[in-house]
Amino acid sequence: MSLDPAAVRRIARLARLRVDDAQVTQIQGELNAILGWIDQLNEVDVTGVEPLTGGALMAMRMREDVVTDGAQAEAVLSNAPERDGPFYTVPKVVE
Amino acid sequence: MFEYTLATARDALRARKISARELTTAYSGAISALNPEINAYITETPELALAQADAADAALAKGEHGALTGIPLAIKDLFCTKGVRTTAGSKILSPFIPPYESTVTANLLRDGAVFLGKANLDEFAMGSSNMTSAYGAVTNPWTRHGDNRPLVPGGSSGGSAAAVAARMALGATATDTGGSIRQPAAFCGIVGIKPTYGRCSRWGVVAFASSLDQAGPVARTVEDCAILLGSMAGFDPKDSTSADMPVPDFAAACKRGVKGLRIGVPREYRMEGMAPEIEALWQQGLAWLRDAGATIVDVSLPHTKYGLATYYIVAPAEASSNLARYDGVRYGARSAGHDLTELYENTRADGFGAEVKRRIMIGTYVLSAGYYDAYYLKAQKVRALILKDFTDVFRDVDALLTPATPTAAFGQGEKMDDPVTMYLNDVFTVPVNMAGLPGLALPTGLDATGLPLGLQVIGRPFDEETVFAVSAALERAAGFTALPTHRAGA
Repeated sequence: MSLDPAAVRRIARLARLRVDDAQVTQIQGELNAILGWIDQLNEVDVTGVEPLTGGALMAMRMREDVVTDGAQAEAVLSNAPERDGPFYTVPKVVE
Repeated sequence: MFEYTLATARDALRARKISARELTTAYSGAISALNPEINAYITETPELALAQADAADAALAKGEHGALTGIPLAIKDLFCTKGVRTTAGSKILSPFIPPYESTVTANLLRDGAVFLGKANLDEFAMGSSNMTSAYGAVTNPWTRHGDNRPLVPGGSSGGSAAAVAARMALGATATDTGGSIRQPAAFCGIVGIKPTYGRCSRWGVVAFASSLDQAGPVARTVEDCAILLGSMAGFDPKDSTSADMPVPDFAAACKRGVKGLRIGVPREYRMEGMAPEIEALWQQGLAWLRDAGATIVDVSLPHTKYGLATYYIVAPAEASSNLARYDGVRYGARSAGHDLTELYENTRADGFGAEVKRRIMIGTYVLSAGYYDAYYLKAQKVRALILKDFTDVFRDVDALLTPATPTAAFGQGEKMDDPVTMYLNDVFTVPVNMAGLPGLALPTGLDATGLPLGLQVIGRPFDEETVFAVSAALERAAGFTALPTHRAGA
């Protein structure tokens, strides 16, 4: 499968990455080279194979449904790029 | 002062032959002298280190000590450290000061370690050369005979490995998603182990690919790595994939020997075009183990050649999801935008480097509607086959021996034209991550130009003890004493 410029723009939009028109051709070439190389997996027969979803060779552990942390608003907000009192601020979202 | 290994420094500290202040002062001095050239550290914390050293001396004076009391370490800048800037090698985290401590670094502090600073790395641990760091490339302390051109230290834990090799730290934390501990250890002539997935908590480690990421140490000797891993490892309820298993005495395992062990040689690791020196190094390693009483067995891991392509679907997919959090709203750098979407897009375009963007886009694509089954689901199935290969051979053998890397360290700026060429560095290390196994790289020889070459020992899940036993036997046989050109105390 090969990506065209429109597909590159669509992926960038999904990934929330601004891509300037001048960069599209270069990115298209790099992504297609990687995807072309990945296509070698087509030769592997995976009929009847269950997908391996995680790295842990054990079942996911359940924990008690209790509050373990909280009431640390100031620590949470301490790295906010912009804030107004106890709030993060962003450009106006709702008109 | 720089002749001490971590183990001998620990003994000298306990015997009060040296003080933690003396040791830390020497290492901080080495960083001041060498970092302008090597760039192993992004952030240096000499005052904090001295305060920790004084606390260590106070404890030692009372006859109290933990496993690492007074030992000066470098911390890969992917581990969150409370009150100390943590960048992940990215511009987007340049203003980030964690209000909490990662579990692994908290374990090291509990045991009395001294933190010298935060080690450089490829951006978000994505790379095999340390060339993608937003804080500049790291220079390998080794150079070729009669050739001063700067070489890469490998990646992504290039700063950690270079710091240990140049004697700017006695040991360091590192992380390994596809080879990021073992490849830089091999390139810098030191030892590094990626333990079994789940052995060290991932809590507070900036996430790259969560099903592959695993923390581990790099240090000068196998025993030093065993001591560090013993401190870093352990069950952590805050990481749902952390293994609730006891931490064995890894250092004791180094003395076990290999008599009676069966060592597998996977024939698929004999790559076309591999340097004859690497092949010779491998054969020598097998001969040493045979001489020490092990039995060598030929084995097959038929899906080895698909490891990298599988990795370059799974890792970017997980990365695209993990890195969605960097939106310029809650932490990190922000670029202005007229509306929220533009703020996100500008923040991420300005904050991420080219390789990180490339991987986010690949990951976004392979997870997108209509392509998920063809790429991501397919890769998860091939991953299951890779794991099955290892499970099958570990019925017959106790450990595997392979080369760590297909080449020695290469020059800064080489292999940069085509991303796939760079990815091929990790051909011997990636399958181990896909299967969640422990793998250790150690130096056993030099190539014709005087650069270190390493071997890799792979073990069964949660059997790091056998990995340490085999590695220590190789280390004793190899007697690797070569030192890099650039180092403290030279």
